[in-house]
Amino acid sequence: MNHTLPTISLRWIPVWRRNFLVWRKLIGPALLGNFGEPLLYLLALGYGLGSFVGEVGGLSYSVFLAAGIVCGSAMNTATFEGLYSAYTRMAHQQTWGGMLATPLSVDDIVLGEMIWAGTKSLLSAAPILLVAALLGLVHGWAALWVLPVVLLAGVCFGALALVVTALAKSYDFFLYYFTLIVTPMFLFSGVFFPLDGMPMAVQWGAQVLPLTHAIAIVRPLMTGQPLPHLLPHLLVLLGYGAVAFYLAIGLLRRRLLA
Amino acid sequence: MTATVQALGLTKVYSGQTVVDGIELAVFPGECFGLLGPNGAGKTTTLRMLLGQTPPDAGSLTVLNHRIPEDARDMRARVGLVPQQDNLDPDFTVLENLRVYASYFGLSGPALQRRIDELLGFVQLEAKAQAGISTLSGGMKRRLTLARALINQPDLLILDEPTTGLDPQARQIIWQRLRSLLAQGRTLILTTHYMEEAERLCDRVAIMDHGRILACGSPHALIKQYIEPHVLEVYGPEVETWQEDVARQHARRTERVGETVFCYAEDEGALLDDLRRRPQLRFMHRPGNLEDVFLILTGRELRE
Repeated sequence: MNHTLPTISLRWIPVWRRNFLVWRKLIGPALLGNFGEPLLYLLALGYGLGSFVGEVGGLSYSVFLAAGIVCGSAMNTATFEGLYSAYTRMAHQQTWGGMLATPLSVDDIVLGEMIWAGTKSLLSAAPILLVAALLGLVHGWAALWVLPVVLLAGVCFGALALVVTALAKSYDFFLYYFTLIVTPMFLFSGVFFPLDGMPMAVQWGAQVLPLTHAIAIVRPLMTGQPLPHLLPHLLVLLGYGAVAFYLAIGLLRRRLLA
Repeated sequence: MTATVQALGLTKVYSGQTVVDGIELAVFPGECFGLLGPNGAGKTTTLRMLLGQTPPDAGSLTVLNHRIPEDARDMRARVGLVPQQDNLDPDFTVLENLRVYASYFGLSGPALQRRIDELLGFVQLEAKAQAGISTLSGGMKRRLTLARALINQPDLLILDEPTTGLDPQARQIIWQRLRSLLAQGRTLILTTHYMEEAERLCDRVAIMDHGRILACGSPHALIKQYIEPHVLEVYGPEVETWQEDVARQHARRTERVGETVFCYAEDEGALLDDLRRRPQLRFMHRPGNLEDVFLILTGRELRE
């Protein structure tokens, strides 16, 4: 593995822009998916399940769930982008190969791809936030601070997914990551239920998961509750993102420049 | 004259296997240089090293006065690549493909638009500017890839098997375009399996096998050096006996491959006289060519 430190420059922008232009072409189905799916979750689980559950930690279940869905969707969107879409560009369309014949480097590609994954998270979380606000599930304007947090979380999940993509031999490989990491994280990070009621081992285990920390920031911002430990939560997300960025670059340099 | 590409002792080893074995290479401005060799000879690895896409394990390499791989980014700003495998963006139109690729070089604005119009004319795709990639034929895709490789006005154009898989018409257009690029004074490096393509286009060729350069020179000089002026390919019943009894006397070298006997001769007269008296043997008489040189140097064994 080539351990030279990543070179960071604005050359990531054309990589990001290329993905954005493709997304813009397919904006119809993309937006339908972005609005439709979380809306279904909010309605079916929030109101359906919520009528049995009643209140969770002093919040109506719909209000509690909305913040979880915003973060869960951010994670899933960035993960999907960093796995399937990025792998397609790397292995099948040889888009990255084309870029590597120009002044762009592997570092530029990884940075552009992970910021793009974060952008996709933003594009999926913003509509949910809007829908939640229209349904009266958001406390106030402070909820807009959710957007930069979602961007950061998306970049972090995108970078983690790129590490997996760098190791993948085919699309099937991604099922390991989904089954062993993403799905447990989705279920045990406080998206659907608070972690306080869980055994201590699960509660401690959840602290390892980046999604737990994203939710710990986003939920107070959306519900108007106090947010006492902002910095440590942000640092966990930044830490995961930075380590994954470094790993993805090392692995992809080895894979693409061997 | 400073060489456009200068490689000394260039070596690449993949998991214990030496794929490129200490090659020396000099390509000069304005020439068309061909890299020939069977599959697995090390051609593509050599090109990847030239582009700075894989670091050499030994040797030194300069491309357009940039040290490679250290200085590869600045070098790539002045080089164009037509890769072996099509990597056009399937989600974009012809025009968008050129614009987006230009953005990787940091190019935009009205000057780029003029350049794109000019390039679409050059590769005869003006009418297809708004077309999706999936609607293009193989030849059109290759022409678009050529236009794309020229977007940054490169001093050096590298083409990895530019006409593989194309029909004769499409190959003719590519050849024409490459000739007109040479007339503009650009330097070309290409790999190919087609010897007649190399003979037609290249000022000089290097024949590679097992990671080494076996011979290097102009196609004409190589043919003169390695091959007798006359080649007869003879086949028919009992051609083996004819080879033993007649061909060996009149040809400097003979070689049997399957059903065919190849005779390489300084003078064709005696062989032709004999063959005209043997209607059961069919033959073809032709001058020696680059394919003969290639086969002599690399052998006739099938490569994967």
